[in-house]
Amino acid sequence: MNMATFSKREYAREREQERKIALMKASPAKPLRRKLSTLLLFVLMTLVGLLMLVPLWWMISTSLKSMQEIMSYPPTIVPEQVHWDNYIHAWQKGHFGRYALNTLLLAGIGVFSHVLSNTFVAYGFAKIRFKGKKLLFSIMLGTMMIPSFVTLIPQYILFSKLHWINTYLPLTVPGFFGSAFQIFLVRQFFMTIPNELIEAGKVDGANHFRIWWQLMLPLSLPVIATIAIMTFQGAWNDFTGPLIYINSESLFNLQIGLQAFKSTETTQWHYLMAGSVIVLLPVVLLFFLFQKYFIEGMNISSATKG
Amino acid sequence: MAHPQHAAARRGRSLASREALQGFVFVSPWILGFLLFTAGPMLFSLYASFTNYDITSQMAWIGFKNYDTMLNHDPLFWKSLRNTLYFVVISVPLQTAAGLLLAMILNRRMPGIRLFRTVFYLPSVLSGVGVYVLWMMLLSPSAGLVNLTLSWLGIDGPAWLTDPAWTKNAIILMKLWGSGSMMLLYLASLQGVPSKLYEAAELDGAGRLRKFWHVTLPMITPVIFFEIVTGFIGGFQIFQEGYVMSYGNDPGAPMNSLLFYNLHMFLKAFKVFDMGYAMAMAWFLFLIVLLLTLINLTLSRFWVHYEGGEQ
Repeated sequence: MNMATFSKREYAREREQERKIALMKASPAKPLRRKLSTLLLFVLMTLVGLLMLVPLWWMISTSLKSMQEIMSYPPTIVPEQVHWDNYIHAWQKGHFGRYALNTLLLAGIGVFSHVLSNTFVAYGFAKIRFKGKKLLFSIMLGTMMIPSFVTLIPQYILFSKLHWINTYLPLTVPGFFGSAFQIFLVRQFFMTIPNELIEAGKVDGANHFRIWWQLMLPLSLPVIATIAIMTFQGAWNDFTGPLIYINSESLFNLQIGLQAFKSTETTQWHYLMAGSVIVLLPVVLLFFLFQKYFIEGMNISSATKG
Repeated sequence: MAHPQHAAARRGRSLASREALQGFVFVSPWILGFLLFTAGPMLFSLYASFTNYDITSQMAWIGFKNYDTMLNHDPLFWKSLRNTLYFVVISVPLQTAAGLLLAMILNRRMPGIRLFRTVFYLPSVLSGVGVYVLWMMLLSPSAGLVNLTLSWLGIDGPAWLTDPAWTKNAIILMKLWGSGSMMLLYLASLQGVPSKLYEAAELDGAGRLRKFWHVTLPMITPVIFFEIVTGFIGGFQIFQEGYVMSYGNDPGAPMNSLLFYNLHMFLKAFKVFDMGYAMAMAWFLFLIVLLLTLINLTLSRFWVHYEGGEQ
């Protein structure tokens, strides 16, 4: 046995002991009662947890059944016969292929524009001294309180005057001008990067533009991942924007497409559920791949107000 | 020839002003966006709310007529406001309580704790039409899973989305399913409560309930407050649910029971193009939300506890 593993094991044992002491401190007596209550809670949580998952299970299960089986009583929990063709029907009849490409395009532009503009603006707010910065920053925080519907209609009028209706411009261009919440998020992260680094960059002859691009961005990948995920999710789920600005069926995104599909296939639950799985699955996969960043965004947003 | 000292001072000044200029360049995208997409539209909509603007014809000043129509001659306005209030008043406290309860339970050592947290958080990640369609199926009166389960318990389930008395409750139920994001925030704040406080309370002989009431609850009031304020602001913006989950693809149906405030406004603006009226509605709601937020802020002084005294 070599030294490294030995010390690692010893370290682990020490940690375990510490944990036990901490546990005992938390409940000096009645370990049995505590164990029992934990067991009880475990059972309860398992039940509630299953309850939370049932809708998702039911969606997948229904998407693979025949209409006949859906109508049968008592309902089957697992499809008797797996109908993959439901997905083929939904994919083709719902034109989900085209909508998926449209949605990916919108999400891609969204992520690109948000990462670019929000890190750029955040750098100005975090690392450059100039008059009026504090005032501008508090105005920006204030805009987070404005409900989106106050600006929704006048923005529509603006875009219609520009003849941007039924194009992707209203859905993509604003992203290049930054969003208050994400600027705030990135700025908080930038503040933790020491100023000495920037001074060192300046001594090496770099201007702010280069420092932002070559120094700050590579150091900020965690927060960039967080805002990228947030933006992707927002674009993927955007319903109101396309509903207002897009009329042509060929430009629909998945949300509007699914809504249209819903209207034509009312109560054809197997097709509707196949369509829903198609639309929801990418977000679920994204969540399991990048759970950390979903939670990160949540935590930072709460820490700011707490 | 300039004096060398002056030159140095000037250089310092010009360096500082060049720095300031660069600062402006960096924040200029946001300033532009603010003027173009927030401040400008807000000013315009405030003005337009006093006109008969309908996009096509010339706009004319009509004074407070839109506001008068809204308050005195549009029964659907009050209906939509009541619908929205009903949703907010029931849904926000319910979600807050559920999130807190889950967080309390999950904030302890238990086998599989990470899995539990993931399972409870997962539904809140999902949103949009896919989720609405899923719940429309689950809540379908005769064959839906919810009523099926209720019937096993001997309960005759309601007609959820087709019975006007139950439609909003159906949406509240669906929202409850997705309240895991709140749980996560509470969990983070619960873990931030110093264990010393609990130890001190134990020395004073406090039981579990008293520890919760006198230690835990005061320490997490800032997060509860945050959840309530943002919950109210978000709740008043409910729109898609009434549009998508309506009976027979008729927004707000049945019997306008799902006609939420923003949906009514949306239909006024984009179906009958009564833009001036819709913008008056938007400003009225903005005032309500602002007022509620201010009331919340004022009340918070009596129950929100900030570490390190006043803030």
